[in-house]
Amino acid sequence: MKLTVKDLNSFYGPAHILFDIALEVGEGEVVALLGRNGAGKSTTFRSIVGLVENRSGRVMFEGRDVSDLPTHAIVRGGLGYVPEERRIFTDLTVEENLEVGRQPKRPGAPQWDREKLFKLFPNLGEMRSRPGGRMSGGEQQMLTIARTLMGNPSLVLLDEPSEGLSPKIVEQMVDAILAMKKEGVSIVVSEQNLHFARLISDRAYIIERGRICFGGTMAELDARPDVRDAHLSL
Amino acid sequence: MAFYIVQFLTGLASAASLFLVASGLSIIFGVTRIVNFAHGAFYMLGAYVAFTLTERFSGAFGFWGGILVAALAVAAIGVLVEMVLLRRIYHSPELFQLLATFGLTLMVEDLVVLIWGPDDLVGRRAPGFKGAIDFFGQNIPSYDLFLIVLGPVVLGVLWLLFQRTRWGVLVRAATQDRDMVAALGVNQKWLFTSVFALGVFLAALGGALQIPRDAVNHAMDLRVIVEVFVVVVIGGLGSIIGAFVAAVLVSELNAFGILIFPKISIILVFLVMAVVLIVRPWGLFGKPEAPARRTPGLTVNPWRPLTVNERLAAIAVLVVAAALPFVAGNYLLTVGSEIAIFVIFAVSLHFLMSVGGLASFGHAAYFGLGAYGVALLAKMVGLPMIACLLLGPLLGLMGAAVFGFFAVQLSGVYFAMLTLAFAQIVWSIAFQWVSVTGGDNGILGVWPEKWAASPSHFYWLSLGIAALAVVILRIIVFSPFGFALRATRDSPLRSEAIGINGKRIQWTAFVIAGTVAGLAGALFAYLKGSVFPDNMGISLSVDALVMVLLGGVETVSGAVVGAIVYKALNIWLVSQTDLSKLVLGGFVVLIVVAFPKGIVGTLEAYMHRRRKSSSSAPSPLLTSRIESAE
Ligand SMILES: Nc1ncnc2c1ncn2[C@@H]1O[C@H](COP(=O)(O)OP(=O)(O)O)[C@@H](O)[C@H]1O
Ligand SMILES: [Mg+2]
Repeated sequence: MKLTVKDLNSFYGPAHILFDIALEVGEGEVVALLGRNGAGKSTTFRSIVGLVENRSGRVMFEGRDVSDLPTHAIVRGGLGYVPEERRIFTDLTVEENLEVGRQPKRPGAPQWDREKLFKLFPNLGEMRSRPGGRMSGGEQQMLTIARTLMGNPSLVLLDEPSEGLSPKIVEQMVDAILAMKKEGVSIVVSEQNLHFARLISDRAYIIERGRICFGGTMAELDARPDVRDAHLSL
Repeated sequence: MAFYIVQFLTGLASAASLFLVASGLSIIFGVTRIVNFAHGAFYMLGAYVAFTLTERFSGAFGFWGGILVAALAVAAIGVLVEMVLLRRIYHSPELFQLLATFGLTLMVEDLVVLIWGPDDLVGRRAPGFKGAIDFFGQNIPSYDLFLIVLGPVVLGVLWLLFQRTRWGVLVRAATQDRDMVAALGVNQKWLFTSVFALGVFLAALGGALQIPRDAVNHAMDLRVIVEVFVVVVIGGLGSIIGAFVAAVLVSELNAFGILIFPKISIILVFLVMAVVLIVRPWGLFGKPEAPARRTPGLTVNPWRPLTVNERLAAIAVLVVAAALPFVAGNYLLTVGSEIAIFVIFAVSLHFLMSVGGLASFGHAAYFGLGAYGVALLAKMVGLPMIACLLLGPLLGLMGAAVFGFFAVQLSGVYFAMLTLAFAQIVWSIAFQWVSVTGGDNGILGVWPEKWAASPSHFYWLSLGIAALAVVILRIIVFSPFGFALRATRDSPLRSEAIGINGKRIQWTAFVIAGTVAGLAGALFAYLKGSVFPDNMGISLSVDALVMVLLGGVETVSGAVVGAIVYKALNIWLVSQTDLSKLVLGGFVVLIVVAFPKGIVGTLEAYMHRRRKSSSSAPSPLLTSRIESAE
């Protein structure tokens, strides 16, 4: 397994948010984490990369227990994270944003560099020295993904990449994610949008109020319209 | 004409060091969000170490090498400080960060005297730049020309460093969003440490480069830090260009201010700063900050008026205190009076800091103004004591009204820096305006009249006024005004929305606190029979902060307890050691790191836990008070 999460519990202050989350991601797989707004998708991702202080449980990445490592060490180990809010460095140019994400080559993981990423996201190649603050939402979304890929991750957590994007940009996003998959990057993508998830994912989990309540292939999910209707707003 | 040009060049030369120190402060603040009050101390250390090295090693190589090595060595000390102290307080409230770095400054001041002695040290001239250049009959030291060139060169190097290196890109990214930088696999710890090292290096270099121009002494840290605060307030904290422009501006104002107001040249700088603050509160090149992290005193330990029992207990304590003259001798009574006076001073600061959320680092200014008010009225006008006691504090009131108006335009670290700078301005006026204030010699012979002259009478007078001050401030805290003040502190936006004029409320609080501090100062003048510039000095401001902190910021009675414990300890300590600043500084650092809640806060937390285990539900009345305040 590429990534195994077991018994993950997380808290914000006194509020218990995640309850015994368990996830598995295989080598080269694209797995969707589906759930309504507020279900706990972002919290799950933030907990995996160590950004939620108050948490318990185990996170195994490439056979190594990373539960107690600081964020930067987890990310350096090849587990990339693309936050929902994008968090582009608005004062930095596109190229500088990519530079912040750059990490040394990692054997066994797909390699990325600026030129390769500009091929994947042609829009970015045309605005290399534009400050991040003067880009459209879709361009910013592409830049955050590209920035994380500069770290040569073998697995990427993508938090709601289609959120707030126009259909045309969403299409580009689908292509980009499939291209990443083809390069060999494993991906966990959180989504509220089942149609988008279906285009890219091999398997899916459904999370509801901090608990995983379904796990299976996309075909299995399609065979259970009751689960789908109970936990996802379509 | 030539004279003015030379004066201008002198200003430019002074700007170089100031720019180095200010840019270091700005760089550190940008990434770590800490305003490093110890920056002046590093500047001073740079000068002292450079002095030793350049004396020890001769020749041009010894000199320039010595300067560089000194800056590097001090940067290494900075790294140590960052790793041992700052890493523990990155997540603390601003006030604690300011205090901890300030405590460090105090320690360094004593250490420097311990190592290098108290006298001014005159360093040697820079090899190759010993002479002067003749400019239409005026002399320009060639070393000044070197500095004039150096400033822009350093600016350029810093620009290249931040624009053209990976490290610079990371630093700029972290300045905007340090958590995201970590989420991209960058180890923030080392980024912070390296940024701190660079900042300290610049400060120490600034100090080291001063030795051919100025004598090295153990007061240069505070002098430079005040100027640097003025520079970053004008230029905008976090902006290197801003630091450069403002350093030039401030240095030129100083250079020409001497010609216009020879005695109090600092006034000109102050006026310019005031204008900048009104027009662009975040500085010429700064960006408006998101509301800063809150100062402490806001975690919600609901405040309440005393219960009947507690009132009785307070009265009992007061009665016991009032009985002191029947058992104690004169010395103890004098100590008792001094403690009572400092209770007044501490509660006035506590009011501003905890109730108003405005941590002033220059509260002694108003204490001192009250003291000078009394001294001037008694000596020059010859008013009777009662009149002096009533009118003297008005000087504190006026000072607080003027400075407070500007200070409350800002919040958080800017507020702290500004109040410190104002206090230093008041101090230098008292120090320099010899014809009125007597300068360093102070004003002597301010003795109380016969009815208050005996130690026991004066003690009762002080105790009575202290009790009155505490009661009045408490009444204000629980008045509608107090609620409005707390609402402004907790949520400036929301309170504006319900029609509270936040700035006006804070200004009023500042004036109230300043007046009460002035009252304490007025009594203090009579207690000591004299006033000196030190009555408004920085260490007195820090004393007050420590008293409040020691007692506990989050409690209303904390300041009283803190003042008593601290002052008693302090009087004892001064009688025991010459290194009181070292001990005091260490003490401040210790409180910040180990007991941020203070004595009363720690006790209350303990009692609260016990009470909670007996009766679990917190009183709904208490919580509703806070809400009604908003
Ligand atoms: N920083 C936070 N502090 C407190 N509660 C939070 C915080 N972030 C999210 N929550 C709460 O945690 C729950 C899960 O949120 P989140 O993980 O963001 O959901 P999703 O990403 O699925 O929309 C929500 O109820 C949300 O209100
Ligand atoms: Mg989310």
